[in-house]
Amino acid sequence: MLTTNQSSYDLFCFILQRSKKEKCTFHFHNTTVNIFVAKSKKTLAKPGVKNIVLVDGVRTPFLQSGTIYADLMPHDLARAALQGLLNRTGLPKDAVDYIVYGTVIQEVKTSNVAREAALGAGFSDKTPAHTVTMACISSNQAMTTAVGLIAAGQCDAVVAGGVEFMSDVPIRHSRRMRKTMLSLNKAKTLGARLSLLGSIRLAHLAPELPAVAEFSTAETMGHSADRLAAAFGVSRLEQDEFALRSHTLAKKAQDSGLLSDVISFKVPGKDIVSKDNGIRPSTMEQMAKLKPAFIKPHGTVTAANSSFLTDGASAVLIMSEEKALAMGYKPKAYLRDFVYVSQDPKDQLLLGPTYATPKVLEKSGLTLNDIDVFEFHEAFAGQIMANLKAMESDWFAQTYMGRKTKVGAPPMEKFNSWGGSLSLGHPFAATGCRLVTTVAHRLQKEGGQYGLVAACAAGGQGHAMVIEAYPQ
Amino acid sequence: ERETRLKFICDCTAGVMSSTGRSAFFSRTHVNYEIKGDVAVIRMNDPSVNTLSVQMQREMTEVMDEVWGNSAVQSVVLISSKPGSFIAGADLNMIQACTTAEEVTLLSQEGQKMFEKIEKSPKPIVAAINGSCLGGGFEFAIACQYRIATKSKKTVLGCPEVMLGLLPGAGGTQRLPKMLGLPSAFDVVLTGRSIRPDKAKKMGLVHQLVDTLGPGLKSPEERTIEYLEEVAVEAARGLAKKQIPLTKEKGLMQKIQDYVMSYPFVRQQIYNTVQKKVMKQTKGLYPAPLKIIECVKAGLEQGPTAGYLAESQNFGKLAMTPESKALIGLYHGQVTCKKNRFGTPEKEVKALAVLGAGLMGAGIAQVSVDKGIHTILKDTTLEGLSRGEQQVYKGLNDKTKKKSITTFERDSFLSNLTGQLDYNGFNKADMVIEAVFEDLSIKHKVLKEVEAVIPPHCIFATNTSALPIKDIAAVSKRPEKVIGMHYFSPVDKMQLLEIITTDKTSKDTTASAVAVGLKQGKVIIVVGDGPGFYTTRCLAPMLAEAVRVLQEGVDPKKLDSLTTGFGFPVGAATLADEVGIDVAAHVAEDLGKAFGSRFGGGNIEFLKSMVDKGFKGRKSGKGCYIYQPGLKRRDVNTEALEILESYKLTPNAAISSDSDIQYRLVSRFVNEAVLCLQEGILANPVEGDIGAVFGLGFPPCLGGPFRFVDSFGADKLVEKMRKFEEVFGNQFTPCQLLLDHAKDPSKKFHK
Repeated sequence: MLTTNQSSYDLFCFILQRSKKEKCTFHFHNTTVNIFVAKSKKTLAKPGVKNIVLVDGVRTPFLQSGTIYADLMPHDLARAALQGLLNRTGLPKDAVDYIVYGTVIQEVKTSNVAREAALGAGFSDKTPAHTVTMACISSNQAMTTAVGLIAAGQCDAVVAGGVEFMSDVPIRHSRRMRKTMLSLNKAKTLGARLSLLGSIRLAHLAPELPAVAEFSTAETMGHSADRLAAAFGVSRLEQDEFALRSHTLAKKAQDSGLLSDVISFKVPGKDIVSKDNGIRPSTMEQMAKLKPAFIKPHGTVTAANSSFLTDGASAVLIMSEEKALAMGYKPKAYLRDFVYVSQDPKDQLLLGPTYATPKVLEKSGLTLNDIDVFEFHEAFAGQIMANLKAMESDWFAQTYMGRKTKVGAPPMEKFNSWGGSLSLGHPFAATGCRLVTTVAHRLQKEGGQYGLVAACAAGGQGHAMVIEAYPQ
Repeated sequence: ERETRLKFICDCTAGVMSSTGRSAFFSRTHVNYEIKGDVAVIRMNDPSVNTLSVQMQREMTEVMDEVWGNSAVQSVVLISSKPGSFIAGADLNMIQACTTAEEVTLLSQEGQKMFEKIEKSPKPIVAAINGSCLGGGFEFAIACQYRIATKSKKTVLGCPEVMLGLLPGAGGTQRLPKMLGLPSAFDVVLTGRSIRPDKAKKMGLVHQLVDTLGPGLKSPEERTIEYLEEVAVEAARGLAKKQIPLTKEKGLMQKIQDYVMSYPFVRQQIYNTVQKKVMKQTKGLYPAPLKIIECVKAGLEQGPTAGYLAESQNFGKLAMTPESKALIGLYHGQVTCKKNRFGTPEKEVKALAVLGAGLMGAGIAQVSVDKGIHTILKDTTLEGLSRGEQQVYKGLNDKTKKKSITTFERDSFLSNLTGQLDYNGFNKADMVIEAVFEDLSIKHKVLKEVEAVIPPHCIFATNTSALPIKDIAAVSKRPEKVIGMHYFSPVDKMQLLEIITTDKTSKDTTASAVAVGLKQGKVIIVVGDGPGFYTTRCLAPMLAEAVRVLQEGVDPKKLDSLTTGFGFPVGAATLADEVGIDVAAHVAEDLGKAFGSRFGGGNIEFLKSMVDKGFKGRKSGKGCYIYQPGLKRRDVNTEALEILESYKLTPNAAISSDSDIQYRLVSRFVNEAVLCLQEGILANPVEGDIGAVFGLGFPPCLGGPFRFVDSFGADKLVEKMRKFEEVFGNQFTPCQLLLDHAKDPSKKFHK
């Protein structure tokens, strides 16, 4: 039954990983099989499907908004990431077939920020570029768009990335004021203009500020996170502990030089920046002093256990394996199966990872035990803890996900061990690339085979991707 | 059962409130508690609905005594284990079981005493409110030191007693003015309106709000209650440790208001204004609001002892008034008419089609799409369809302005609406409701067209106010699937739906129509087929009489004031304008043919002349009155008076006093209603009362035509009718059932 024949081996693995039950049956019938059960699969390569690789990934330092990047524009940050990627990889600028970039809060002057940044970064003007948006998983969307273009045979080398710039956001005039101003453009006579100007009232001058709130429910994300934490019975203490863990691990990673995806960036008029500036391990006592930020007075989500407003950009180079090898690259990882999920934007806004994880594992034929490296986006400590509890609950899996059993929570020693969005920062559309690059780096460093990225996003959406280490 | 209730009342009145040796052996079924550290959590869990029943009060008193006596307990949380209600109110049966005002007064005083003890509790009590917190439950909550409410859609606070002809009899009229200030307190108590949690927080009725939770490791409802309890326990600890202050620093506006209110003449001015407003709105027909003012005044001007005494005594008096009995009867009737006595239909209606995008059609569509029913709205012209869709949009958009729904909900409701000109998709419809023009031949044409395209299980409902359903169903291939659904205009505001069955209509068809109506939020009566069914048939003779009264030279304004003075919310002349003079003429003619001279009275030719002149009522801008957009004031249409001149009748002085005119109008209405019961058009008097009050505006203080006969006396009514009969003949001949009741005073429609 067992041969060295590769295809029958693949088939065998496929059968094994269909479900735990089948595994057990095999386990009892045939001792030889045990070897295969204990070990994970060697590769997720599928016959007839192109291997797509992550060549490398970089990011600008993630800075708290309103600090050193304050006077830039979004495409400046994006340019820095793109140029950093070029420098790091030595990629000829005309070797890129396409550029996809993510952003959430759009600067109206650069609505296709991908194109503006690419031109500014010196990419060939013959390389098309488009911008995608999917809240906090925008750069995940950029990367999977790249994967799609390569898989479909349309491109061989695609740059994907994301940028978020919270130091400056579009603040609009009120609708009434805008209407008056637009009519003013059309008014032909002085009298008509004067009468329009005369119609302006003080109230019309009140500006419209953007909010990190769901359009469909008008609820801010922090408020929803607090409710989510309460729904899963996550205590303030648990949240503060997790936040402290994130900062502590990030500090350790930063100090030991593990955050090698960060490039140095000379900010015009300012110094060279080469480190994230939001990592601040505090003490439990200090964190306990903070008042709840959203639900008062009894909420549990505070400024200290939430991700902070961040400026930053990231970029990755994605290629078909053949092309990468032909150009002499040593890829860092394979990008394998991915899924997008979506659910109720009110009560399950931030549960994306819970829904996406079992789905992508199933698709890959893996179980949670096969994963060596987990990188989950940390929007709020309460959101992470809620997701972990949901993944650990059979009742939740059965009642809300239509699954027979829980998928299980990732073991903490494998989870976000170089820090996460809570400590490194979370420039909305730049986080996805950071997660994927970090998985690749951790797999190399820790010697694991598979990594899993998962993230939640506004709109009640979520994403997960399986990443496989490239043989070293 | 009534006896045991009375016994409990007697026990209570004798002051046997504390736990006795005997009751300690019985496990408590309504109230239990748990000590969480230094906080006692008292949970209310009536096996049915949480009400302040005798049992609940007895167990609560026992538990409170134990908690007060327990030195380990520093503070208390009061919470309901029921997902949908804190305490829905006092037990109405308990009040109805009393036969004298004194008994009810004693009940009130027991409640007052209990809540006084709560108010003076040495250990702070936190009321944790999720779901309805109304009436006595609300009074309980405001006696507590601190209130936390969930933001659930089910959470409402208020004292609806006034709507039942009662007043808040357990301290509500005394505590609210102190908490809210005089103007807000009057607003809350006199309107009886439900207050949503966010508003309650703003008013200062609750101290803290708690969000509802979504899915977690337990069901959202269960976890939300748990969360509320956790937050309340923390608050209770904070209160006990004095970390949370009991009294809030008053704002500037509050201070100014308090200062102004400290002058007796300012308060006097407010009492007068409120009194005037109440008199204007109720015409003095409802005693409860006036008594409420009296209680509030007594408390503020003469002190708490006088206030509480006035409250309990007036509560007792009000409970014995016919107005209160009528209103409570309507409340019970409404509950009954919100149930489907025909059982669960075989197939749920998920896809609905409405024919005709006029006022009615679009209204029906509106109340369907916002309940999640996929609705096709079909019209024959693009203009008609566009107007109808705009009506649906406006109806829902107005709700977003009132913040009862969000713009997102509006959009998602509207996604259930498909506007079209053809029969596309009718093959998947579970029910078709036609609301086309009231003309038998058009209805026949539509029915045939529809039957050609709908699936076999699909129900055909016809919305008509007078055409007999069996005549419409005559051309149907499947008369068992044909039913009448008579909606009232405006559909989104009027609560009543009159469903008409023919002898061929199947039970399942009826069950299905009732199910749809209930889903649309309607109060439903199911009546037999016949010209005018029940509601139109009662209204027609009254309007015929109103026309005669006008012909006798009574001014439309005078006619209106006579009818509103009797308790009708809308005067007869205005009602004719609202219904439409053309419709009135149409119906009068049809029913006149069906019922003969009995339906006579005013001259139909007068109505026709009005229609010829274009005076069709409000919709045409002119009817009995002149309607100008944006103007609230209405002038009498003098041109209509000129027409009346040519139909002038000489009034008979013996039966033309104001009171006579009122009884001429009302007795014809009531007699026709009783005749409908006699003929089996009506299934029971309850539906008759509900239909008349909710569909036609019969005076709610009288409780409907049947309760009116019971309370007024059938014999007295017959006596009045005989007097009118002498002049006008058979239009005032009492029907046999009414005569039976007149002969035997023990016969009552309502037991």
